[in-house]
Amino acid sequence: MNQKKTSYILHLADNSLILGQRNSEWCGHGPVLEQDIAITNITLDLVGQARSLYQYAASLLGEGTTEDSLAYLRTEREFLNCLLVEQPKADWAHTVLRQFFFSTYQYYLCQQLLSHPDAQLAAIAEKSLKEVRYHVRWSGEWVIRLGDGTTESKQRLQLALAALWPYTGELFMPAAYESGQGTDLSAIRPLWNEKVQAVLREATLDLPGETFMHSGGKTGVHTEHLGFILAEMQYMQRTYPGCEW
Amino acid sequence: MENSNEIKIRRVLEQIHDPEIPVLSITDMGIVREVKEEAGTWVISITPTYSGCPAMDMIAASIKMELSAQGYPGAEVRFVLSPAWTTDWMTEAGKEKLKAYGIAPPNPRQQVCRDELFAPDEAVQCPHCGSWHTARISEFGSTACKALYRCEDCKEPFDYFKCH
Repeated sequence: MNQKKTSYILHLADNSLILGQRNSEWCGHGPVLEQDIAITNITLDLVGQARSLYQYAASLLGEGTTEDSLAYLRTEREFLNCLLVEQPKADWAHTVLRQFFFSTYQYYLCQQLLSHPDAQLAAIAEKSLKEVRYHVRWSGEWVIRLGDGTTESKQRLQLALAALWPYTGELFMPAAYESGQGTDLSAIRPLWNEKVQAVLREATLDLPGETFMHSGGKTGVHTEHLGFILAEMQYMQRTYPGCEW
Repeated sequence: MENSNEIKIRRVLEQIHDPEIPVLSITDMGIVREVKEEAGTWVISITPTYSGCPAMDMIAASIKMELSAQGYPGAEVRFVLSPAWTTDWMTEAGKEKLKAYGIAPPNPRQQVCRDELFAPDEAVQCPHCGSWHTARISEFGSTACKALYRCEDCKEPFDYFKCH
């Protein structure tokens, strides 16, 4: 069994699951009904992508591993998601800007994965890409709407940008398990920069300068926020092992 | 012989409905990709409309139960992701059923989500009054596969099964 490959698949799955779990905090709390439904639809897509990836990883790992044991029974240090997706949802500005950063990254990554030699990974990417297109469009439009909106919406988005920008660098810092997986983050970075800067400019925001970039999530060293997410998400399986609906 | 079994199985599948859009069968939806026999076991391959479609597990269970009741016990259901499902695979009969049910069917020409932001809305016909004078309220509707529209003439809101 190729441990690098399963780590890579888990990294992709964890990104989608943790962002999905974060976004699900909006369920019933969205600013208006239509946007509550939109963010939870996006959440459903992310959790669906995570399921496909966990199922695939479980089939490679064997020994009784299931999609549920991967999601519910791994500890904080075993999760390989990037730090960006575990940051608190904060306000709507943080949520849509983080979604835009992540979905734009995922969009270019899925395009690379389409030609991955592993047919199952390529198939999951092909399926995901159709959904991610909608996510990029929806979140990008919100960034522009808020940035080029009222004084307050612009100020909130500018604050969100300052808070989230230092977590974007990690997306492009390859972990050891990412080498030889057929994807090239250095090729994605300029595409991501171009798209993100175009949208931030249209949103009339001050572009962030060079700054320190946090990292560690991809190798299991997380911010304090992940533990709280897992405590909530894993509570039921930890308390009642093997329980089913 | 084998073909007649396959025809019978496909007839059974025509009677299995999508739990979220009960007016459509899974064959109307175009999610049944293959029916074949492998070493004495019938294998039904289906594909999800969206990655997170919560109906898939229930559809798989319905297929197994219904086939078992119709004399094909032990059938296996496989999920396939590629090629990814598209609304082009929905049958014409399915589109008519959707419209009668009050959901605007996907437009015949494939217009998947474009990359540019604030792209113009697709022209979608109101399933209630037939007007084309409609506007998109939200790209995300009551289920992952639908968008929310409103008719500017009859003023009714409606779901649109978005192209995908």
